[in-house]
Amino acid sequence: MNREDFPILKNNLIYFDNSATTFKPQAVIDSMVDYYTNYTANAHRGDYDNSLKVDIQYEEVRTKVKDFIHAKSEREIIFTSGATDSLNRIVFGYMKTHLKSGDEVLITKAEHASNVLPWLELEKEIGIVVRYIPLENHIVTMENVEKSITEKVKVISLAQVTNVLGDVRPIQEIGKLCQKNHILLVVDGAQSVPHFPVNVEELGIDFLAFSAHKMLGPTGVGVLYGKEKLLEEMRPLEFGGGMNATFSSNGEVEYKSLPSRLEAGTPPIAEVIGMGAAIDYLEKIGMERIHQQEIELKKYFLERAKEVENLVIYNPDLENGLIAFNIDGVFSQDTAVYLNHYHICVRAGNHCAKILKEDLFVKNTCRISFYFYNTKEEVDELIRVLKNTKDLFQIVLS
Amino acid sequence: MDPALKRQILLEHYQNPSHHGLVEEEGYIKINTNNESCIDNLDMMYKIEDGKIQDIRFDGEACAISTSATSIMIDTLIGKTLTEAKEILKNYDAMLNEREYDERLLGDLNLYCDISKQPNRKKCAFLPFESLNKVLENEKRNG
Repeated sequence: MNREDFPILKNNLIYFDNSATTFKPQAVIDSMVDYYTNYTANAHRGDYDNSLKVDIQYEEVRTKVKDFIHAKSEREIIFTSGATDSLNRIVFGYMKTHLKSGDEVLITKAEHASNVLPWLELEKEIGIVVRYIPLENHIVTMENVEKSITEKVKVISLAQVTNVLGDVRPIQEIGKLCQKNHILLVVDGAQSVPHFPVNVEELGIDFLAFSAHKMLGPTGVGVLYGKEKLLEEMRPLEFGGGMNATFSSNGEVEYKSLPSRLEAGTPPIAEVIGMGAAIDYLEKIGMERIHQQEIELKKYFLERAKEVENLVIYNPDLENGLIAFNIDGVFSQDTAVYLNHYHICVRAGNHCAKILKEDLFVKNTCRISFYFYNTKEEVDELIRVLKNTKDLFQIVLS
Repeated sequence: MDPALKRQILLEHYQNPSHHGLVEEEGYIKINTNNESCIDNLDMMYKIEDGKIQDIRFDGEACAISTSATSIMIDTLIGKTLTEAKEILKNYDAMLNEREYDERLLGDLNLYCDISKQPNRKKCAFLPFESLNKVLENEKRNG
């Protein structure tokens, strides 16, 4: 649906790599061009008209984000460069000063590198202990979460939706459990916020990270959500303009209040404005509708995939818009190169979840990830190509 | 060469690669080659005696181009001196990057002469040579 809004779709291209990044609607592109063409100015600085307009636009996006994820206040919304940046700030700006040696952090082996490596670094730096919640059939179960909790567990950090299999974690139940046990819940929302409604209050999330470019917005901008009392205690990782109130040569420094204190330097203004336009666009369609369209496309794919021999699908039972598969006996990258020959874009590899293979027993998969602008006709073309793989190696090796 | 014949040879090397499978034997240097694409993963082992490559073995998961190139590289290198191997590496690299090279040194590795037209596959074709590169650097340091 809404295909006419995406200029790139005019090219002869079937794009099934939406978990990596999404296409941008004209409205998002226009909003950024408008800023660069008609009212370029820095934020929070001047008293002239354009600067004021920038201020208003920039802060309006904060309100949009707040409403989009149902946060309590604008002071809980920090603009970052993306989910990776947000997670690093959580780990090094908050956890580093609030955890001590021996404290345990629970993650899983299906996490994206961005929710593994910062923790492993902190483990080396201050001696926290990173432990893995065992997966049941690749899935996080409440039973295993409960079993993993000890008195030393201070943080649980999980993707709401994983980027390899697309399973949705029971965040609300985990949130309740965390609250009861005084555990902080960090959620990587990179693969969930773009695809269905997320309500941080209802889910009991303490910190949430996500990126704009996976939800129709520009690259280079994302969001760090944190409960206000937590962000109040977060140490900035960057110091400079825009975040200080006063400072003097004798070393006396006072920083601004939230959210400015955590946004040093000139922010990505055009990108923030673009993200605002993306949120407007998504809300116009409706997040629930987006979710249903993706589920529908996967159902259709699974139905038609029965016609294809030698197709191994790793996550047929998960209700989402993501399919992890291989053609039996064909290396995933060769499958992706073959599909590229027919202008079909899929991702091959381990999808930045390098330790999942220890659990999945498959090192590499091809991944189809739908977004609402994909169509059944595109799935038909994919099936046609997958049914006719006799020339696969001719194509791959030529 | 006829493109169909060329593909046939590559496919044969992919499906039945030479010297596949590691061995439990003393005297081998072990090297893992991870492509920067973070998908291919080849374990290689080299046996070098008196400045000569006596044997190479490999195992792991990689795409058709990487796997066939590994097989052909091994066939080409066994029996060569390290100096000769270095020349082969240099000329193969030149071929992939469209510089002048001596095709007489490359044998069946010439089958990859068109890969430069597909820049995203160059890394795959070069992957096994990353391990040779490491072996040569090692030997230089130790030698």
